[in-house]
Amino acid sequence: MTSITETLVAGPKRGGRHAAMLQRQGVVLALLLLILFGAWRYDDFLGLYNVMSVLRYNAMFALVALGMGFVIMTGGIDLSVGATAALASVVSAGVSDIGLGAGLAVGIAAGLAVGLVNGLVIAWAKLPAFVTTLATMLGARGLALLISGNQSVSVSWDTHFTDLGGGDFLTLPIPAWIAAAAFVLGAVLLNFTRFGRVVLAIGGNEEAARLMGLPVRRTKLLVYVLSGGLAGLAGVILASQFGAGQPTEGQGWELFAIAAVVVGGTLLSGGMGSVGFTLAGTLLLGLIFNILNFENGKGEFTLSAYWQSVIRGAFLLLVVLLQNRLARRPS
Amino acid sequence: MSELEVVAPRRARLVLPRGGALGGTLLSLAALILFNLVATPHFISLQTLYVNLTQVTTIVIVAVGMTMVIATGGIDLSVGSLMAISGALAPLIFAGHLLGVGPGPLADGLAFVVPVLVAMLFGSFNGWLIARFRIQPIVATLVLFIAGRGIAQVMTNGNLQAFHNVAFHTLGLGRVLGVPIQVWLMAAIVGIATWVIARTLYGRQLLAVGGNEAAASLAGLPVARIKILVYAISGLLSGIAGLIVIAINSSSDANLVGLGMELDAIAAVAVGGTALTGGRASIIGTLLGALIIQLLRYTLLSHGIPDAAALVVKAAVILVAVYIQQVRRAP
Repeated sequence: MTSITETLVAGPKRGGRHAAMLQRQGVVLALLLLILFGAWRYDDFLGLYNVMSVLRYNAMFALVALGMGFVIMTGGIDLSVGATAALASVVSAGVSDIGLGAGLAVGIAAGLAVGLVNGLVIAWAKLPAFVTTLATMLGARGLALLISGNQSVSVSWDTHFTDLGGGDFLTLPIPAWIAAAAFVLGAVLLNFTRFGRVVLAIGGNEEAARLMGLPVRRTKLLVYVLSGGLAGLAGVILASQFGAGQPTEGQGWELFAIAAVVVGGTLLSGGMGSVGFTLAGTLLLGLIFNILNFENGKGEFTLSAYWQSVIRGAFLLLVVLLQNRLARRPS
Repeated sequence: MSELEVVAPRRARLVLPRGGALGGTLLSLAALILFNLVATPHFISLQTLYVNLTQVTTIVIVAVGMTMVIATGGIDLSVGSLMAISGALAPLIFAGHLLGVGPGPLADGLAFVVPVLVAMLFGSFNGWLIARFRIQPIVATLVLFIAGRGIAQVMTNGNLQAFHNVAFHTLGLGRVLGVPIQVWLMAAIVGIATWVIARTLYGRQLLAVGGNEAAASLAGLPVARIKILVYAISGLLSGIAGLIVIAINSSSDANLVGLGMELDAIAAVAVGGTALTGGRASIIGTLLGALIIQLLRYTLLSHGIPDAAALVVKAAVILVAVYIQQVRRAP
């Protein structure tokens, strides 16, 4: 609250910036500790197979979280990403016999379309983002179920479509390359372009940004289109990786992405955020699942898969409380 | 502006939001009923009425709590998970696996009371995070949204608990004066909540906190206590709804009880005309909102339109309803 006007007028206070750095470094520190713990406790944790599969599986979530990060930085929210990914996976699987290019184009276009609806309704009709994207979430899910006839749509294995999710390039999974490229572009977009500045200005104080003559509506529209497009891309990867378009997949992705963004130190109130730390947040939440699998494989004691969500929730709580403590430390 | 109005609210508007927003909601409900009278065969029957009412009770009960939370400017994403916890606890208690009380009237009594109290306790925990640490409601309740269902799954090991219990059978299928017991319960909860909002000090305090928290705090209102109580109420109502769901099914599945309930409840609140920004609450509006969404689904299904298409229509209705309210509210 306090930093809204200060950020716009004089930039963040030294103490505020310091606290923000601390809380973000906390994420990286936690990630490193988790990796060290895994490497110390489990034999194959840093083995090629595990690293590859963790990267391959979490690339989708990273893409969704990246888009969510931009939306949240404007002070908005996008609940439709999971359903959008499901819709994209269905339509891209439907055209996968034409080829990878068609699958990508159609899937991403579906995502962009949902994002466009979100952006137009939020920026022009001025409906709250929460309600708007809640509605489009239902709409996209309904479309995915309608188009697929409530069944998963199997992909064609004759074209290169399945290479996208399953293939490797220079020893790393292709989805990981895509996610890495998206994050580099995202970081450039946020830190070195006018668009990125406007995104943060809107999140800091939308009214002030409007009065300063910044293109508020257009930027908000673009942010939701970006989020939709990335969710669409994640959906294409999903279909390609699992060999089927899945209309019921992606439930809860939106909340997972929000958690990753928050763990990455982006404030939900907008106006502040980081692309790189969102990636760290995604990996952190993903690794918890991975480590649980290893722990069960070790067999000393078994934790059912259900512990996963309990631990994730506890972790989210811990990080949020920690952030709160750091942010309130007197400067 | 609107903050000032809330500090000195006119009594009449507390019940009927300005400009007949409720009128519009009533009108749409009437239109839906009229359409069904003409177009749906066998629409006028007690059976149709009860089918629709029993399907809507749990949503209404949860949405009443959600309305009060939203009136304070908050949101509660954890309601579905708390329903799962309450639903998982009850069979464990009356079967004697928990608390060490063997099957019997005492165990049945505890099976009604303890799960609801536990859900209320978790709700207070949400409120405590929000009031004490000033964590944003979306994030604070996201913790239990993620962890809560996990807790329920861990308690039951993810297994379906089927049961034959006379007391719960009565709650699920019993009738008093020909009307299902759950519907009486729903009516009582709606009545009490309407009275609390319109006629009690706590109701005024809720709206004051939602209208302008800083002003409420400066005016000497115990903001923290008000907020903790409202999330506790939301938890309590979720607990009751969880018991109703398992009573209807005569079984409890921690994976499914209350799944997606947070979104249904928020949609009912939004369609019912309570602004998501806080400071206003219309319990009757929420009841009508939930009825509209349910009747819409029933109408579409009874005309052979698949559930998936009904989702798309539901999305459009939510957007249109919120848009109309917004236009009405604008000066």
